[in-house]
Amino acid sequence: MAELIAAHARLFLLEQLRVPVGLLASALFPAISFVAFVVPFAGDDPRAATMAAASMIFFGAMAGALINLSITVAQDREQPWNPYLRTLPAGPLPRFSGRILATLAGTLVSVVPVLLLAMLLTEATTTLPRLLLGLGALLAGVVPFMLMGLLIGLVMAAKAAIAVSQVLFFPMAIVGGLLLPPRMLPGFVEVVSPYVPTRGVAELLWAITAGTTPDAVALVSLAGWTVVVAVAAAWAYRRDEGRRFS
Amino acid sequence: MTILTRAIEVSRRYGDVLALDRVSLDIRAGELVGLLGPNGAGKSTLINLFAGLRRPTSGVVELFGGSPQDPAVRRGIGVTPQETGLPEALRVGEIVDFVSAHFPDRADKGELLARFGLDDLVRRQVGGLSGGQRRRLAVALAFAGKPQLVFLDEPTTGLDVEARRSLWEGVRSFHRDGGTVLLTSHYLEEIEALAERVVVVGSGRVLADGTVRDVRDVVGVRRVSLVAPDLPELPGVVGSERVDGRVDLLTTDPDRLVVELVRSGTPFSGLEIRPTTLEEAFLALTSKEPSHG
Repeated sequence: MAELIAAHARLFLLEQLRVPVGLLASALFPAISFVAFVVPFAGDDPRAATMAAASMIFFGAMAGALINLSITVAQDREQPWNPYLRTLPAGPLPRFSGRILATLAGTLVSVVPVLLLAMLLTEATTTLPRLLLGLGALLAGVVPFMLMGLLIGLVMAAKAAIAVSQVLFFPMAIVGGLLLPPRMLPGFVEVVSPYVPTRGVAELLWAITAGTTPDAVALVSLAGWTVVVAVAAAWAYRRDEGRRFS
Repeated sequence: MTILTRAIEVSRRYGDVLALDRVSLDIRAGELVGLLGPNGAGKSTLINLFAGLRRPTSGVVELFGGSPQDPAVRRGIGVTPQETGLPEALRVGEIVDFVSAHFPDRADKGELLARFGLDDLVRRQVGGLSGGQRRRLAVALAFAGKPQLVFLDEPTTGLDVEARRSLWEGVRSFHRDGGTVLLTSHYLEEIEALAERVVVVGSGRVLADGTVRDVRDVVGVRRVSLVAPDLPELPGVVGSERVDGRVDLLTTDPDRLVVELVRSGTPFSGLEIRPTTLEEAFLALTSKEPSHG
């Protein structure tokens, strides 16, 4: 099984590397936002800069997970290669896992530019163990958004998937406090914020890298969202099977 | 002989369209079966059911005595992807490695590619292959896992004559070594060249199942075209249409038809007798109840 998962992950990685636009976009997008919004406003405050760097790294990772994945999954479903893969002697697990591993690898690449910028241009600071733990939390925290991307990609055509994933992405990023710290959000947003899955991941990352106390409601709601989206993505996969006319 | 795969009273419906209508078919070990029929006859649906891509609406499909939905059962089969869907960015060798990784018993990559004339293209990206090369790669992939049974859906569509013949040779050598093949094609010539047994499907039913010779008789339909105001009842007519005073009759026995026509004393002019395309013959045949099979 491990060999099969590796074979599928390898295929996705090769495609990503040979057409690197997606990879480039998910690496540059958060870096540019970081330089424009974080460096001038929070660059001098170590704690604020650290938290903002963590938020921005997650912002980029989430874009890769949610937007890229939903589009590529929807596009792949429109290719005849996809039904062919279903005739190979493997269940859905290797392809599912392979796709998630390849996206995680892309996530790690997208982390590098913001990390370098935070070190060079701001007072952001953390320890090596906290950084590594933070990366671990980032990889785990991005999983529910990958499942969300899979779900959207599996139930929609590519064009609809592009629109829907972006419509979900920005409000979740803003309400979750990734672009502005929660205390700067309007009151009603702060009420909703803990129930948005992005906030849970952000809380986790802030706690690990900057030593804040995570909000329990946000963490519980993140766990709840993860279960719901995982079940929905599995349902969408099964439903997709045998749907296309041929 | 051992039955490798079978359909028992299988129907498959897509919305309002009945793609297969109570089809029963056995494929036995060592057979080379040609599946013939016009577009929309249900050929691809049948193959998709055998390969586990679709579930029947009713009836049972068995593969190696199990369910085609079970991945482990599918280790024994090979399927051809549509060449238009091969991932463009990947190299030929990478795709073969990837497909092979799914099977416990694997064909040697170099030998496999050589058999389909692709040995010097291992490092070529799919995006840089010609249509014919893609087609050959797609067919080669069906053999990557040393299958017992391969499904070749339109394997030579878009290939030139030479490439077609070399591909036929590849299929024959697989069959000589004991492999079982279920092949679909638009080309009667291809089925004649390869298959021992031919199954004709039309409108979701099996219309004929027999040797190539049996089936050639079934599809040996001619088009008799003439200008006539009114025609008497004529023998062997399986279909007719009238366009601008000209009548086209599809018949299995044009000689007898003409003899009867002359005997009846009906005035006519502009008599032509032409072979029909396979497609027309099937359409004519499927418009009436099957005579046998």
